[in-house]
Amino acid sequence: MTFDVAQVRADFPILTREINGHPLVYLDSANTSQKPRQVIEAMRVHNERHNGNVSRSVHTLGTEATSAYEDARAKVAAFINAATPDEIVFTKNSTEAINLVAHSAGQHLRLQPGDEIVISEMEHHSNIVPWQLLCERTGATLRWFGVTDDGRLDESQLETLVNERTKLVSVVHMSNVLGTINDVSRIVARAREVGALVLLDCSQSVPHLPVDVRTLGADFIAFTGHKMLGPTGIGVLWGRYSLLAEMPPFLAGGSMIETVTMGGTTYAAPPARFEAGTPPIAEAVGLGAAVDYLTGLGMEAVHQHEQDITAYALKTLLDVPGVRLFGPATPEGRGGTLSFGVDGVHPHDVGQVLDALGVEVRVGHHCAKPTCVRFGVPAMTRASFYLYTTTDEIDDLARGLDQVKKVFG
Amino acid sequence: MMLDGLYQEIILDHYKHPHGRGLRDPFNGEAHHVNPTCGDEITVRVTAAGSSFSDISYDGLGCSISQASASVLYELLLNRSTADAAGIHEAFVALMQGRGQVEPDEDVLGDGIAFAGVAKFPARVKCALLPWMAFKDAAARAGVDVSSTDATAPEASEVKA
Repeated sequence: MTFDVAQVRADFPILTREINGHPLVYLDSANTSQKPRQVIEAMRVHNERHNGNVSRSVHTLGTEATSAYEDARAKVAAFINAATPDEIVFTKNSTEAINLVAHSAGQHLRLQPGDEIVISEMEHHSNIVPWQLLCERTGATLRWFGVTDDGRLDESQLETLVNERTKLVSVVHMSNVLGTINDVSRIVARAREVGALVLLDCSQSVPHLPVDVRTLGADFIAFTGHKMLGPTGIGVLWGRYSLLAEMPPFLAGGSMIETVTMGGTTYAAPPARFEAGTPPIAEAVGLGAAVDYLTGLGMEAVHQHEQDITAYALKTLLDVPGVRLFGPATPEGRGGTLSFGVDGVHPHDVGQVLDALGVEVRVGHHCAKPTCVRFGVPAMTRASFYLYTTTDEIDDLARGLDQVKKVFG
Repeated sequence: MMLDGLYQEIILDHYKHPHGRGLRDPFNGEAHHVNPTCGDEITVRVTAAGSSFSDISYDGLGCSISQASASVLYELLLNRSTADAAGIHEAFVALMQGRGQVEPDEDVLGDGIAFAGVAKFPARVKCALLPWMAFKDAAARAGVDVSSTDATAPEASEVKA
């Protein structure tokens, strides 16, 4: 089956919208993706026909809802080649998934002064702040990989950075700013040598390329539904089952218990142990539909389309005078997220002029201030692509940048 | 669309040729504000000698709206009595928070009336107010209260991830 972008676009109702009198050119999928009608429809049908609470009802609706929720878990597990659906913990988003690990694995590791946690300078704030807080709580030390001038992870100090004091390494699989796809194999191998756990923030990779947790070799990965055609309000933590089984709970309440007395509580096995309270049920159904949609197209085909778009966009943008790219300048080892500066024009102004032309990009620090600081700028403009992005839209972006330069020239 | 309403020539002119820019000594009140959504930053210093502002200096990194707004602030408030400055401050904040429904008074706001269009872009109101909120805090640290009853823009001074 060949990948037909026009056919894909026909599945996304929002892409027919006009913005400020221009056809919508949506170049902000790294922020949140748009949703195909298959996802919207699956959630609508669930709410109209099958709504009930999960895991506690004997009635028909409750049973249907439970089975829909667990089906979604199984779909997500298969999508990333997890050993069992029980390795999939539904959370609110990637941020919550990372916080879950910082709390529960952090407690399981019995961190103390002298222990070290390693992150990198290209992380989203959600993969920085939870570790800063964990270090504050335990006295452990936070260390990080630097970033090279061309936007790659600087692994030159790997042997000293990840050492026998390192208890956990948490790095991004694909940068939400630079677009860099990190080959994490050396880091994972080094972490294994010293006995450290590895978490990969896959928020930007799982939506865009085939991800196989058994190949990656990490202990945990985190990602979120709304960046992969699904709804907001649902994220995923994948963890090795044996490890999840040893970890204490994070949030406490209903559904995560085995038995409760006034004197004490025992906890359910994973994944229920980590899913306190009523979970995002309709959102799980939507995420399951998103996984079906992506699987139907094939993640290899999705990735190839984005590689083609990225190659075209790199060439187009680098041809625009005054544009400075942050991150790898060739499509190898990078995804379809391009951050750049326009000489003499603040990103906020770039974004405003582009919006007037219907071109929606993200501007600002992208919740990755240390990455911006690394490249000496307070903010960047970011265009990010997905399976529905066309080369025409890249041309619209380039024309928009000409307009930006006219307004501020 | 109404981009012309946002990027008035006066604003672009103040952005490209800012008035009074650069931090100066001496001063008796200073404040540094950050716009968390876009990372824009500004530092404002004031010298309140007697009952007027004998110097206002600033430096910052930011978009055309925030930087032009600082330049206009300097023009409008320098050497004004603290009472006049408070009135102008109040009028500018009211204009920005008026959702485009407030008719600005050129006699009070001078070049500041060019920001009337900004009030129609909710995402940019914070940019325009950034230097004004920093000024208010700097003045407070110099012992001068220029706050008006509703001159609050909490988001403009929060620092969050």
